[in-house]
Amino acid sequence: MTVTTVRDVRDAIRTRARSATEVCRVALDRIAALDPTLHAFNTVVAERALARAEAIDREPDRWREAPLAGVPVALKDNLCTRGVRTTASSRILDAFVPPYSATVVDRLERAGAVVVGKTNCDEFAMGSSNENSAYGPVRNPWAPDRIPGGSSGGSAAAVAADITPLALGSDTGGSIRQPAALCGVVGLKPTYGRVSRYGLIAFGSSLDQIGPIARTAYDAALALSVIAGADPADATSAPEPVPDYTTALAGDVRGARIGVPRRLLEQGVDAEVRRAIDEALDVLRSRGATLVDVDLPHAKYAIPVYYLIATAEASSNLARYDGVRYGSRSPAKTLREMYAQTRARGFGPEVKRRIMLGTYVLSAGYYDAYYLKAQQVRTLILRDYDEAFRGRSGGSGALDGVDAIAMPTSPTAAFPIGERVSDPLQMYLADVFTVSANLAGLPAISVPCGFTAGRLPIGLQLTGRRFDEATLLRLADAYERDTEWSKQLPPIAHR
Amino acid sequence: MSSGFTRAQVEAIAALAHLELDEAELELFARQLGDILAAADQVQGVDTTGVPPTASVVTRHSADRDDEVLASLDRDEALANAPDPALDAGLFKVPRVIG
Repeated sequence: MTVTTVRDVRDAIRTRARSATEVCRVALDRIAALDPTLHAFNTVVAERALARAEAIDREPDRWREAPLAGVPVALKDNLCTRGVRTTASSRILDAFVPPYSATVVDRLERAGAVVVGKTNCDEFAMGSSNENSAYGPVRNPWAPDRIPGGSSGGSAAAVAADITPLALGSDTGGSIRQPAALCGVVGLKPTYGRVSRYGLIAFGSSLDQIGPIARTAYDAALALSVIAGADPADATSAPEPVPDYTTALAGDVRGARIGVPRRLLEQGVDAEVRRAIDEALDVLRSRGATLVDVDLPHAKYAIPVYYLIATAEASSNLARYDGVRYGSRSPAKTLREMYAQTRARGFGPEVKRRIMLGTYVLSAGYYDAYYLKAQQVRTLILRDYDEAFRGRSGGSGALDGVDAIAMPTSPTAAFPIGERVSDPLQMYLADVFTVSANLAGLPAISVPCGFTAGRLPIGLQLTGRRFDEATLLRLADAYERDTEWSKQLPPIAHR
Repeated sequence: MSSGFTRAQVEAIAALAHLELDEAELELFARQLGDILAAADQVQGVDTTGVPPTASVVTRHSADRDDEVLASLDRDEALANAPDPALDAGLFKVPRVIG
């Protein structure tokens, strides 16, 4: 059995070798067969999906040039879909049916994509293991007793198990890249502002980005070309023109300079992960890339800075869940009691913990010491990256800039379900290599680069210059051409 | 300030956040918030003299547009998800605010 890619499906439908309806039925059948084990979907929209697929089949001329005509996609359940329940995996939004769709959903559907369902995730995208979902954890397709990563675990598992060739996730501190790495697929967090956040249920508004999870860099490039671009509904979306990212995939990395922050990688990286990353870098070097040592002296503060800023933004964003305009309500005698009880029953433990932490760091007397301080160190983290990309001139410290910075996506492979739930600090360390890209607003991609001895996937992360997703995709694509990691399927997918 | 929280401190934060916490949560969060902030205290050692804070990485906005009236959400649709809507009046109903 071969792996299905977005490109395969699109080409098959364009040449009428397969119908969109047939492709859609296969995806729905695979959900029925595999999801009782994986639990990757919160909601499946079979009728809606089949109706759209049939509409595409009825009008082949209209959809011939559409970049994703008939391609089944899964959407993280924090992306609003008009008329389709959207929960963010929270009890408080259990019955929420948005009256509008996120801009990315509209763009995908205009490009011909067929939404098959909404994927399970950590509640409000807060988590690194998917264990914070109110609906129970997603299971890793490679090892169902292990976590798929988070928070976009359902999206990564759906692609890894060959249910859909494409899914969207959101990434506030690694939530696309880390589950992509732990499930053995490609995950791209675009530059902050590259993709509209309109209709994404907000977590940390200065950090959140939506991006694709797919099997190949080509498919991620195709999807990014569809969803990227300015949007009048999101003031932070960027006016930079959107290229056809697939044209960047020349297969050639000669001359590319890849920075490696060796000091950062000295501690806390699992030995098998370390070996896989070193081997991946050797492959890139053998194809003509140059490896350069870079120093990111403030990256070691990224975890505390991230958890101070992200929780502050979360506590503010989640103030809207008050039982008044949407979401569940707990009955009470007074308004204030209604707020407090609605939120007590509607939110799970990790969301409460982050609201509490964020409320504290924003409160009078602690704002300067924590929130403001974290924002200042965020500036230093950002400057480290800028300097690595730009280079340094003059004297003995002169250094040419790099085109991308390489490191592991996650310091370990997927861990067993339950292993870290009682220790939030230990859980937060899973994000040590991913949060910096969010703090600095930079694009970053995770590409499969090997397996542990126990057949758990490992991901290589490449971080790039602002709005230079093209270079990351070109490097990832060239690496894929030389390796077989992206073509492997977990045993469960062969069912 | 981050070497552990008292119950009273956790209750005060919960009140600010409009969150009702039970006994077990008060105890758990007193310990965990203390642990998390103790770990976060390493940022206090970074010299940030003269360093401006970064609140947003956006450098170019695309927010400007002509001042035209555009369609917005229909009122019935806006009320459709409300736990207790007053559909005829077009209002969200809430419990009494005072007393």
